[in-house]
Amino acid sequence: MTYTWLVVGALLGAAACDLALLRTRLLTRRAFWTSYAIMFGFQLLVNGVLTGLGVVQYDPDTILGVRLAYAPVEDLGFGFALILLTLSCWVALGRRATGLPVRGGAARPVRAGPGRPAPPPAPPARRPPSPGSSPSDG
Amino acid sequence: MRQLTYLGLLVACLLGTLPLELLLGVRVYARWRRLAAALVPGLVLGVAWDEYAVRHGHWHFDHRYLVGLDLAGLPLEEVLFFVVIPICAVLTLEAVARRRPGWLIGDEPPEAAEPDQPDQPNRPDRPDVATR
Repeated sequence: MTYTWLVVGALLGAAACDLALLRTRLLTRRAFWTSYAIMFGFQLLVNGVLTGLGVVQYDPDTILGVRLAYAPVEDLGFGFALILLTLSCWVALGRRATGLPVRGGAARPVRAGPGRPAPPPAPPARRPPSPGSSPSDG
Repeated sequence: MRQLTYLGLLVACLLGTLPLELLLGVRVYARWRRLAAALVPGLVLGVAWDEYAVRHGHWHFDHRYLVGLDLAGLPLEEVLFFVVIPICAVLTLEAVARRRPGWLIGDEPPEAAEPDQPDQPNRPDRPDVATR
């Protein structure tokens, strides 16, 4: 059960980072859950290969014993916490690039108003063409 | 060949998500400084946890499936796991955000579209992509 409790702690920690520390609020966003739904399938596959082949082997005393595609369910929590923490950091760092405070404030993007200076107008956003771009996305 | 199992799995993850960068144009690798910084907390905490778990016997590795190089007291592949999987996660999120511009992820400038609107045909490209 040790691994189980550590995973619970990691999930709470990652959620606290997303909701309170960085306030990226990915847990409230459709884009995050859609992304995770896509990743979930691959997560089962990767965990399944690693555990099914026995590349990683677990002490039965540290896990609940519930398995999904060979892997302990704890691994799903482990992966979820890792993904949420990383994506929260990614978004927070992206705010800096767009002139927003790294640590989010408002629950939703707010327009410039009293006490909140208007950001400089964004330059016309055009990606430089890259050799691999498909014609439709430029 | 068997020693390449774990490493090969990680390479497959990177190759499988590479089209998101090259074809969909999510520009995650292109923003490599931001990417590298975003990976640090997960890498540090993940490796520390993993090292602790191995030391306390929570799990162990079958060395027949590993190339045999160690890094920070862990198999090289296990350390790379904490780089590769988060990269795939960022690529996936950016791909979803690119395909669904109305689904905000939280780094858009204030004048960005209203949250959760359906696709908006004439909306400019995602704003942060022009900053680097």
